[in-house]
Amino acid sequence: MALKKVKGNFERFFDKTLTDLVRGIRNNKDNEAKYIAQCIEEVKQELRQDNINVKCNAVAKLTYIQMLGYDISWAGFNIIEVMSSSKFTCKRVGYLAASQCFHPDSELIMLTTNMIRKDLNSQTQYDAGVALSGLSCFISSDLSRDLANDIMTLCSSTKPYLRMKAVLMMYKVFLRYPEALRPAFPKLKEKLEDPDPGVQSAAVNVICELARKNPKNYLSLAPIFFKLMTTSTNNWMLIKIIKLFASLTTIEPALGYKLSEPLIAIIASTSAMSLLYECINTVIAVLISISSGMPNHTASIQLCVQKLRILIEDSDQNLKYLGLLAMSKILKTHPKSVQAHKDLILACLDDKDESIRLRALDLLFCGKGGGMVSKKNLMEIVRRLLGHMERAEGSAYRDELLFKVIQICSQGSYQYVTNFEWYLTVLVELIQLEAGSKHGSVIAKQLLDVSIRVQDVRQFAVSEMTSLLESFPETTQSGSMFEVLYAAAWIVGEFSSDSNEPERSLNVLLKHRSLPGHIQGVYIQNILKLFTRIVTDLLEQKDVQGILRLCNLLLKKLPTYVSSSHIEVQERASSAFVLIEMLRDQLNLVSDSQSHVILSQVPTIESSEIAIGAIEIVQEMALLFAGDLNPVAPKAQKKVQIPEGLNLDEWINTPPAESSESSEDEQTDLFVSHEQTENSDRKTKTVELTPEEIMKLREVRKMEQSHNPNYLKSTTKPNQIVKDGCEDIPIAELALEVPLKITSTKRSDKYLQEDQLASKKKTKKTKKTKKSKHKLGISSESDGDEPVAIHSVSNFIEMPEGASLSDNDEKDKHDINDPHRALDIDLDLPLRNDEILPKQSYKKFNEITPQLTANIVTKTEVISTDKSIREKKEKKRDKERGSKKKAKRNSENEPDLMGTPVKHQKEKHKKEKKDKKAKEKKVKDSKTGYEEAIGISTPSKEVY
Amino acid sequence: MIKAILVFNNHGKPRLSKFYEYFNEDMQQQIIKETFQLVSKRDDNVCNFLEGGSLIGGSDYKLIYRHYATLYFVFCVDSSESELGILDLIQVFVETLDKCFENVCELDLIFHADAVHHILSELVMGGMVLQTNMSEILARIEEQNRLVKQEAGLSAAPARAVSAVKSMNIPQQIKDMKLPDLPQAIKDLKF
Repeated sequence: MALKKVKGNFERFFDKTLTDLVRGIRNNKDNEAKYIAQCIEEVKQELRQDNINVKCNAVAKLTYIQMLGYDISWAGFNIIEVMSSSKFTCKRVGYLAASQCFHPDSELIMLTTNMIRKDLNSQTQYDAGVALSGLSCFISSDLSRDLANDIMTLCSSTKPYLRMKAVLMMYKVFLRYPEALRPAFPKLKEKLEDPDPGVQSAAVNVICELARKNPKNYLSLAPIFFKLMTTSTNNWMLIKIIKLFASLTTIEPALGYKLSEPLIAIIASTSAMSLLYECINTVIAVLISISSGMPNHTASIQLCVQKLRILIEDSDQNLKYLGLLAMSKILKTHPKSVQAHKDLILACLDDKDESIRLRALDLLFCGKGGGMVSKKNLMEIVRRLLGHMERAEGSAYRDELLFKVIQICSQGSYQYVTNFEWYLTVLVELIQLEAGSKHGSVIAKQLLDVSIRVQDVRQFAVSEMTSLLESFPETTQSGSMFEVLYAAAWIVGEFSSDSNEPERSLNVLLKHRSLPGHIQGVYIQNILKLFTRIVTDLLEQKDVQGILRLCNLLLKKLPTYVSSSHIEVQERASSAFVLIEMLRDQLNLVSDSQSHVILSQVPTIESSEIAIGAIEIVQEMALLFAGDLNPVAPKAQKKVQIPEGLNLDEWINTPPAESSESSEDEQTDLFVSHEQTENSDRKTKTVELTPEEIMKLREVRKMEQSHNPNYLKSTTKPNQIVKDGCEDIPIAELALEVPLKITSTKRSDKYLQEDQLASKKKTKKTKKTKKSKHKLGISSESDGDEPVAIHSVSNFIEMPEGASLSDNDEKDKHDINDPHRALDIDLDLPLRNDEILPKQSYKKFNEITPQLTANIVTKTEVISTDKSIREKKEKKRDKERGSKKKAKRNSENEPDLMGTPVKHQKEKHKKEKKDKKAKEKKVKDSKTGYEEAIGISTPSKEVY
Repeated sequence: MIKAILVFNNHGKPRLSKFYEYFNEDMQQQIIKETFQLVSKRDDNVCNFLEGGSLIGGSDYKLIYRHYATLYFVFCVDSSESELGILDLIQVFVETLDKCFENVCELDLIFHADAVHHILSELVMGGMVLQTNMSEILARIEEQNRLVKQEAGLSAAPARAVSAVKSMNIPQQIKDMKLPDLPQAIKDLKF
């Protein structure tokens, strides 16, 4: 037997080592996958051996294989075995493997609690060190709760190496177990003044991470940090502190005054660029927080901007990048100071480095301040961006540019756009430039928004959209550019009254082409709108033949849609078909009866001779599409007041029985409409509805549109534009002959040239007056040059009655999943008695030799995995029932292998402190009389 | 916080991957691939910062990288880290590797991926910077290596003998009989 074992061990000497594995993979470049599969088989063999060294070697190999993209979680148990080895060499391999493949949701890690606790309390500091490093990668909330106390103990270890690691580890614990923050905080604070610089740095690191998300809770630490900043020489720590101060000053501007002196001292003395840069950054933050609103600080902001300019002009690309980054911070509050350096930033748009170009792009646009853009330079900037788009490689960057163009133009509800015909032309050009872009729906939204909100541009929009529909390439199937057809078709139909040639539009729409269903639906709807418009015209001219011709044309084209596989298209098409058929029948009725009575007469039919039914149909159809559609305020739905006596939570029908629920779900799923079924309420069957009902339906539809992504949701207040005085400006009639072909020079450039011409004329005119203006001041001059808006934007948005537009209900800005939300805890309140870290009472496990544990684990591997899962389930069930007794009995019956203290603890948490003590005593007593299974931890030993 | 540390060569082959946030293996490979594509197409004289990939990160995250000969060292970090500081940290990492392996080259990283992990764990722990002082890091690594040697001690003597034999590549030749009987030395020339 022994001989066999020795022999077995000897054979194992010839196992592949990690080096062999790597070499083998390199030698089998052509069939790597096969070779690795073979190696994994070998590893599985090796893992079955008893020798821990063999297992260790196998796990080391697995760690390498994991890096190549193979899942090794199946070996989780073996990894835990290797982790539990007493040898540091093996332990290290085990923890490395665990850190690479375990994660907080791994089921297995609940088996590691006691083992990790043992390692944390180990005599050798590197055992604990390695355990901390590994644990930091996969700590779960259960582990955090169970180990928090042990880690806290390590924070006051005599070894600085362990203190340092433990302090960092505490941050991970806080993230998973926020309750630990308050009891642990005093210790953490203490560590800020630890004699060891490494520990100090770690503590600073942790507090900085904590304070980044919830700065206000850490204001009280400012004096300590201030002291550290003035005394420390550790650059890394200084950077962290300075960054922290930057976030603290935003909530406590007074801090800024104190900071300026030491910051300047550091700037003067340091040679590290990184530190210098962070100092500048914080100075900027300080200046911004102090100077918001106060004019006397603009000089220092100017100075900062000047310094940043030096950074941006530096030949070092990294500094250039960082300079632009810092510039964007200033831009948010002091756009005027940055705008002075427009030349520099526009030059950066031409940089060969994409990162820098993106940063410069960011400077062009910024939320509220407006960035670099003004009414004056918008056309010019957009022209340059379009030029970049033509040249730029890489669709991601082109997409980014496209998006930026739209962002710049649409900001502040188009406050910088003076000529919307120009803007529409730009949009059409963007469509033509980027057929493969993913921003199709963004452009579509813009088209809709502009044509809805700028009334004077509608006629232009309709003709543009008609030609867009005509020229849109059939071939580009990829990308989302198709979405623009959706917008175009809708505009053409909805604003057909502004159109000069509705028949042309109708013919374009009737040209059948393969399109996604939701777009086809819009096509049909708008074909109907156009049809109504034309027929109404024809009716006025009493041209029955024309109407009949049109009816026949539609009846010929629509059947292709009727057979569509898209359910909505089908429905709309058939309703439209029937409607038009009805109209034709009515007309035919009359013309037939007339034709055989007065055959010789010329078919000039008087109004009385057109069937009254037909007229009614046309009128009702016209009524259906009458009225303006206005954008709906984004929060309109929320603000609809619930009428008295309506209880939304009440069941309308009694709830269905449990069993039928699933089938119900399926049914609703089937009819979940496409996201963009915009006009779904305008079903043609509404013809029979009275005008009141139609109005009601319209209201409902408007409500629905508030949820519709295709309607631009404006967040600006309605009277913003009035400030600009646009209303007073007479709207110029533009009689432009816009060439519909795309020439080599862009169409949108024409507007720019016109603009420039106009401004030239103006400067000539104002030359004489300029001198006097100079005396008045600089500001008035710049105002004078501002181009005049040609079109005005309507900011009317629909709101439910009695609701006012306000932005005060934007509370939930934070990400729900952000663990820092739970860490927003007031740390200055004194600790309550019950706020303590959970302590562990049993240490028996330590006495058991890990080697034996490992052996037992191998033997009971399969059973215990099963068991652990089963136990977990049971635990859940028990929790639900709240029956503690049962759990206890269970744990008696089934010995808990490897020792999971979870259950034990959960129970304990619920108990009162006194209770706990008494129980512990009981446990201790009972232990003596219990026959101990090796490797089994205490929870099962509770005898009642 | 550091979200991930990746080391790969000029062809995108991973040499070290350390994720401080959980991604499954397929996702990890995709991230490595995407990061490689982002980084490799950049010239050497452009800046070392990259607004993150789509898979890893988001708006708050940045890729900060350095390119040494055949290897890219990429750190994915959020805005709480100083950009230039991380660049310095990469430098410290590489210099430490250089000290530990004596003139480090890609081959060292290939054959001692575990050692590289152990070195990295002395610099960064769970996504937070642990130690930036190189002499301190080296001292820690030295002590741990000594511990490993001690443990190996006598019991590992046969193993060491075997590994010595192995480096002569007899077992390799026994195992892979299909291979022509070329001494491994010639094969090594491929590297």
